[in-house]
Amino acid sequence: MNKKDRWAFVGMGLLIAVFPGVALNVKCISHYVDVMVFAGIFSLVSLGLCMLMGYAGQVSMAQAAFFGIGAYSSGILTSRLGWNPWIAMPAGAGVAALVAWIIGVPALRLKGHYLAMATLGFGVIVHIILGEEVKWTGGPSGMVDIPGLQIAGWKLTSEVAWYYMIWSVVFMALLFCLHVIYSRVGRGLRAIHEEEMAAESMGVPTACYKVQIFVFSAILSAIAGSFYTHYVTCLNPGSFNLMWSIRFVLMVMVGGTQSLWGAILGAVLLTFAGNEWLQIFSDFEILVYGAMLLCAALFLPGGLASLVPKVIGVFRNSLTYLCKR
Amino acid sequence: MQEACCSDSSSILEISDVQMHFGGIVALKGIRYAVPPGIIQALIGPNGAGKTTLFHCISGLIQPTFGHVLFEGRQIDGMLPHKIARLGISRTFQHVALFKSMTVLENIMLGRHPKTKSGFWATGLRLPAMRREERKILEMARYHLDFVGLGDLANLPAGTLPLGKQRILEIARALATDPRLLLLDEPAGGLNIRETEVLGDLIQRIRACGVTVILVEHDMNLVMEIADRILVLHYGSQLASGTPMEIMDHPAVIEAYLGGG
Repeated sequence: MNKKDRWAFVGMGLLIAVFPGVALNVKCISHYVDVMVFAGIFSLVSLGLCMLMGYAGQVSMAQAAFFGIGAYSSGILTSRLGWNPWIAMPAGAGVAALVAWIIGVPALRLKGHYLAMATLGFGVIVHIILGEEVKWTGGPSGMVDIPGLQIAGWKLTSEVAWYYMIWSVVFMALLFCLHVIYSRVGRGLRAIHEEEMAAESMGVPTACYKVQIFVFSAILSAIAGSFYTHYVTCLNPGSFNLMWSIRFVLMVMVGGTQSLWGAILGAVLLTFAGNEWLQIFSDFEILVYGAMLLCAALFLPGGLASLVPKVIGVFRNSLTYLCKR
Repeated sequence: MQEACCSDSSSILEISDVQMHFGGIVALKGIRYAVPPGIIQALIGPNGAGKTTLFHCISGLIQPTFGHVLFEGRQIDGMLPHKIARLGISRTFQHVALFKSMTVLENIMLGRHPKTKSGFWATGLRLPAMRREERKILEMARYHLDFVGLGDLANLPAGTLPLGKQRILEIARALATDPRLLLLDEPAGGLNIRETEVLGDLIQRIRACGVTVILVEHDMNLVMEIADRILVLHYGSQLASGTPMEIMDHPAVIEAYLGGG
């Protein structure tokens, strides 16, 4: 981790820590804590996807499917088979990892956009299975009465407790990703991004790294799915369709593919947009997302994260200017 | 005679009857050559003679259509490039292929890839073994940086260096893999006389470390000065081979370069 990331880490930690204190005392935004829990859950997905898109240079259109695999594994194992949620969660992640590996090995040995196409098909298949396998998943009507989470006998019931729990997990995942980026493996990934042929000739096993990152992104998505299940305590297949996969890609694009901070920023922004600000568009919501994707790709290829240094620069310049006067 | 030379087990690299076809075009028409260890072997020939194609075949970026490449007696054609790098062959590229937005130091640190092994999970969790390895990578990278004389540029993005320094950096990155065979593809391309002199010194110092160097180069002054042996390619086949003195007086070479008359 370099100095900038360390400062950003501390800054974001403080911001996240004080947020509920502020939000709960202002009546019209007191429900924002609940929205931020969802934002935290989706941040886990976008962190994994950011590693895949920004560093391994591949796009996955099946993150919602992995999210769904994690969610339904937790739902079925806890409510139907009576497993402890903390054991069901890694089990779901394991299933997602295995599936990702099976898709990733053939698709990533080929160069180009084969992974995007393979995952597109896979996402649709998973969505259909979740809707049709009525005996296990409850089919289109979904599942209810899924147990909540307990930590050492203490039940997580309040939104604030969930908020702090989920954001600690996000920070751990972020720390993990930052460690990877600033290490041997991360250098290999960045090298693949810039000069794949040279990276391969310098001993970077390009196909192997891409598969590993893809599996990692699937695991993070599945874990996020498990948390989601236990937070909302009911499931229906509509939350795991292609539209959601596109939303996850959009989160990373809006935030900035080359920045893990951007991935979190994008997840928070789009969660608020989806749950709060864009409700008035109702069925036309998808048009707004399309417009956002277009704008991000055309005018802000580095995402919102690329604006941050610029804003800080302007702020610093104007500050020194004022001090001189 | 030729057979005897190629089955000689003392050579570091054996190219045995390598042919490369791209559709209907035959880029290499059966090259058969052995490189003894510890020398600077130059590979010359007019543009389109197949020099870079041969380099790609050795480093695994393309697979020869026929024939085999043996490194220290071991067959390496058909292996993936990163596996070949692990065996001890490294290279530079004709069009400098640095990781431009990474720093000079990071470029060389990447070169330690084949000699290190921390995987994805170990780096993410910052396991103690991985931290030790990371310190060693940094140490070795600094050593190689000083070896080529770029020590004071460590933290600049590689893309900001002038071409001469970029070529040197690419050699340093290749050296960081601890190769026993180093392939240099036109390292003097685009360099001025002074930079070329520095480069010539560096290549001789690399040979002194026991690394065998194969050099593709158009700068004949440099080749004549530092090469121990020269192989001349012409339209995908071998025209001549020998010491610089022998090559200079070789009638077929003179004809190919200056035209028949």
